[in-house]
Amino acid sequence: MKSFAPVAIAIVVLASLQVLTSGSQYFVYLSLLVGVNVVLAVSLNVINGMTGQFSIGHAGFMAVGAFSSALMSQTLNEYRLGFLPEAVEHQLFFVISLVVGGVLAGGFGFLVGLPSLRLRGDYLAIVTLGFGEIILVVVRNTPTLGGALGLSGTPQHTSFFMVWFTVFIVVLFARRLLASPHGRNLVAIREDEVAAEAMGVDTTSYKVRSFVVSSFFAGVAGGLFSHFQSIITPGDSFSFVKSMEIVVMIVAGGLGSTTGAVVAAVVLTLLPEAMRALFITIGGDNASLAQSIDQLRKPIFGVLLVVMMLTRPQGLFGTHEIWDLLKRKKGAAS
Amino acid sequence: MAEPRRLGERAPCEPLLDVNGLEVSYGAIKALKGISLSVGKGEAVALIGANGAGKTSTLRAVSGMIKPGSGVITLRGESVGGLKSHEMVPRGLAHAPEGRGVFPNLTVQENLDLGAYLRRDKDGIAADLKKVFGFFPRLEERRLQMAGTLSGGEQQMLAISRALMSRPTLLLLDEPSLGLAPQVTQVIFRILRDINAQGTSVLLVEQNAHLALSLAQWAYVLETGEVAMEGTGQALLASEDIRKAYLGE
Repeated sequence: MKSFAPVAIAIVVLASLQVLTSGSQYFVYLSLLVGVNVVLAVSLNVINGMTGQFSIGHAGFMAVGAFSSALMSQTLNEYRLGFLPEAVEHQLFFVISLVVGGVLAGGFGFLVGLPSLRLRGDYLAIVTLGFGEIILVVVRNTPTLGGALGLSGTPQHTSFFMVWFTVFIVVLFARRLLASPHGRNLVAIREDEVAAEAMGVDTTSYKVRSFVVSSFFAGVAGGLFSHFQSIITPGDSFSFVKSMEIVVMIVAGGLGSTTGAVVAAVVLTLLPEAMRALFITIGGDNASLAQSIDQLRKPIFGVLLVVMMLTRPQGLFGTHEIWDLLKRKKGAAS
Repeated sequence: MAEPRRLGERAPCEPLLDVNGLEVSYGAIKALKGISLSVGKGEAVALIGANGAGKTSTLRAVSGMIKPGSGVITLRGESVGGLKSHEMVPRGLAHAPEGRGVFPNLTVQENLDLGAYLRRDKDGIAADLKKVFGFFPRLEERRLQMAGTLSGGEQQMLAISRALMSRPTLLLLDEPSLGLAPQVTQVIFRILRDINAQGTSVLLVEQNAHLALSLAQWAYVLETGEVAMEGTGQALLASEDIRKAYLGE
């Protein structure tokens, strides 16, 4: 019961936010993008941050989830159960598709996790990188998935509520995981694999588990993503660049910190948009000036990251969590 | 293979660990060429020898960190050769690896919790925690400090304590004196003696032959992957060959 209360609160809060924000399409669109990135960052943090394995193929898992759940959703959409109102039915189908996407991505996570038993560091990174590229090549050459043209016609089911409820679940999961013996085992592997083994931690099994769990959530994120894009193509949104973006998020936030992953994902997703808004104001009516300043966004973004890594290499939060601070305060007060 | 020379009489005791004809290879290189040794219940046994003699490999094979090429390992009569480490720990074996291997970014307390991670008996864990803090009061003072900020000696104390937290019947120690000041080493060995006196069997790998032999009831001398000599700690300490080769006298 104790664990049920936060879930209930989250549902109420998110549902009311959904109603309140439904007026602004731009805001909703941005919040969906941010939410998906938060789910990706928090889930990647389980592999890279907690377990200390270096994966740079997260967009690949996201792609698996995106394409499979989109396909599932399109198939399901042709059927009607009849006894439920249509809107409820849609959401039910949506959830089923998300879970299918997640499970499939988790399965791929298992496959990629297996070689990680033997590989460490750079070598594992190369395997995950290769996996991400292979997925895209497969999608490009599969007509059912739309080939290089991309998959369109996916029902647009993603809502503010669904995305942020997933965020809530993944953060809750990450937090509980870290506090559990399982989480401690993952951290032990990160800190010193030999010592962890000597303590009786089944390191291989735990590494694979972290891969499976993490890719499951990446798959769900992909599913959410594909249900608010009118078309998904095996290109930019799932490329190596996307994987690196997520890695940058968790490194900037502090490897191993869920709070850091959330904050960094929010900031790094919104920053380019904020800069765009700022430059449009500076440019004023002069459209070509605004456009040329807009070109500066990427270099500025890069410089910001470099400055941050120089001044705070452990990331925004290090390995700390916001709830640890709260706990400490409570402890001091009592 | 020639029978190793035997010095002194071994006190009879119930067998705990038995290793027979253990072979380990790294690629084409044979590190262990048929090691046979045994540890009795409550006994402290030392492995001494020069660099590359195969001391650490023996320990790692026994605790399941590397797979033996051939040979039989039995623990309490059960054949355990080829089992992985995480299957050995529940069978009462704890390994404090070479170079200490504490988790640097976890606190002392968290390190100790990880040592007890297979156990579910809260009271027993609390009692053992008290016991290791009794052995090493310094660790209790630094309970909430990151393990990486401890001194070398304290890290070694932590590594031993962490191994003890699984309440092992057999404790494997790899070079507990490595890189430590002589005084700290003295403290650690005094406590190892206490731990052994309280009933935990110890299999110790040690460069510092003098210390190891004075702690151990029985010892094996390894040379290039084979047991060259065995005997009671006292007898080996007194042996002319050992004094020349390992004690530098």
